Amino acid sequence: MGIQTGPIDAVPPKFEEPLISQPSTSPGRDAMIRLRKNPVAMLCLVYIISLILIAIFAPLLTHYDYDFQDSNRYASLPAKPDHFHRLGTDNLGQDVLSRLIYGARVSLGVSVVVVIIEVFIGVTLGLIAGFRSGMTDLVLMRVTDVMFAFPDLLLAILLAAVIRSGSQALPPVTSVLTLFVALGIVGWPGMTRLVRGQALALREKEYIEAARATGVREKNILFKHLLPNLLSPIIVQVTQDLAGYILAESTLSFLGLGVQPPFPSWGQMINNALEYKDSQPQLILFPSLLLALTVMSFNFFGDALRDALDPRMRK
Amino acid sequence: MLNFIVKRIILAIPTLIAVSFLVFMIARLAPSSPVEIILGEKATKENVARLEKEYGLDKPLLVQYVNYVWGIVAHGDFGKSFSRGGQPVSEMIRQDFPVTAQLAISAFILAFFIGIPVGILAALFHNSWFDRLCMAGVVALVSVPSFVIGPLMVIYFAVRLRWLPVSGWDSPAYTILPTIALGSRSAAILARFMRSSLLDVLKQDYIRTAMAKGLSKGRTIWRHALKNSILPVLTILGTSFGGLLTGSFVVETIFQVPGIGYESINSISKRDYPVIQGMALLVAIIFILANLGVDILYGVVDPRVRSQEAQ
Repeated sequence: MGIQTGPIDAVPPKFEEPLISQPSTSPGRDAMIRLRKNPVAMLCLVYIISLILIAIFAPLLTHYDYDFQDSNRYASLPAKPDHFHRLGTDNLGQDVLSRLIYGARVSLGVSVVVVIIEVFIGVTLGLIAGFRSGMTDLVLMRVTDVMFAFPDLLLAILLAAVIRSGSQALPPVTSVLTLFVALGIVGWPGMTRLVRGQALALREKEYIEAARATGVREKNILFKHLLPNLLSPIIVQVTQDLAGYILAESTLSFLGLGVQPPFPSWGQMINNALEYKDSQPQLILFPSLLLALTVMSFNFFGDALRDALDPRMRK
Repeated sequence: MLNFIVKRIILAIPTLIAVSFLVFMIARLAPSSPVEIILGEKATKENVARLEKEYGLDKPLLVQYVNYVWGIVAHGDFGKSFSRGGQPVSEMIRQDFPVTAQLAISAFILAFFIGIPVGILAALFHNSWFDRLCMAGVVALVSVPSFVIGPLMVIYFAVRLRWLPVSGWDSPAYTILPTIALGSRSAAILARFMRSSLLDVLKQDYIRTAMAKGLSKGRTIWRHALKNSILPVLTILGTSFGGLLTGSFVVETIFQVPGIGYESINSISKRDYPVIQGMALLVAIIFILANLGVDILYGVVDPRVRSQEAQ
């Protein structure tokens, strides 16, 4: 009889007691959970997403082109809402609903492009200023000081007015480009300051020192180590700036310095409607309501996002 | 103290120079030259040369800039309007600025005396329904631009109820709607700022100490909390006044108030950019001076700022 050499059937006793299990979590996921618990923020998000979808699919949602003048149908213009034009027409017989929907395209489009410009310039310069210090920082900060010494909307008005002051009227597409330039120039200093301040604080952190000590190249430290840690303040700023640019675009368009007809913009629609405020107040009401709701949604959502990303800020 | 004030004033000078240079250069970005605008495209060469000499446009850019600034500093001369037969811009400013100043100041008073108390009450009744209501109102007012509030008020109060005039600038009744349209956003911003500042102060140890030594809640708030919480609010007063001046460009357009904003916007369609340039520079200078004033005031009321500076 030898020692049993076959497979050992006996299974070692298992600890059946489960370990205390926690779902894997990250600061980002925590923030999203907090955000999802905020009903107002979710409502705003739904509104914003619907508006984006409406802007993208504008041609499918409208019966009329934004510049189609249905002027033969009516004896007098602007026309009240009826079966053909659900929200009525403006003084040129253009469908108000179509113009509101295409106006969303303009508003969101302009603000998104300007925010991209702002992020591109602001983040790059802010990172450089905050990380390098010295002369670069000094010069950049003096430049932003000067920009801040100027009321921002006034600078945009001045820029837009001067760019448009040529002897020929600008084609409508150029008027949109003018807006990008005017708002883009005005927008970046805020972002630069924000990123610089954060970068200055993070620069002293151990992980940056470690990266530097192990010989990581500066470009990689900036974009792979610093930038990801700056994302949440940047995202919050971007959300709030989107609201600011939507307001700025509509203000400039209201003053006749932004989007030019036949392109629609809510600000421009409100300005056109001022003349008919006695007889056709709905012409003012619709774009006003849409503009206010949109800006409010971005503001509420931005506030909620800030609270969710940085619980310490919560008040 | 005097040291502090002088230092602040000296520090503001480079900013003033830079801003005036910026305004000057922006005006030079214009696609057509001033002479082209005045004379049209069919002008003869002699006429162009004559006018360029008259306006000093034949000199180097830097010389033009120095002349422009010198004109403003020494003679209050902001250049000449293109569209109004060469009327000096300074004359237009003298005519229009008091109107804008009156509008901006009354809007500022409105914003201050509504925004600050609302902010204080919201902080004192933190997390109550009143606080929530105020903060919702604040976000709403911050989100709704004056060219939405203005026309809506006109439709209701002027067209429907006929309580107030629609537009113009005659009697005090004319100032009510523009003042509200201009001031409401600033009131909301001040309220939000005041609330968060007071909430911060109420969390401080010295407030707890004051309460612990038996001071009543009212006296603690009045003697310790309010004074300290209103200080940071001072810092945004300058910015908010500047915002009101810029905002008047929009509000004056809505209500056809004959101030510098209305004039500037009208000048834009006439491509009369010396006017826009002059008025924008004026607003920018006032903005800088308002911020300087606030800065100095801040140092005067808060000794900590001065001592930090001295170190």
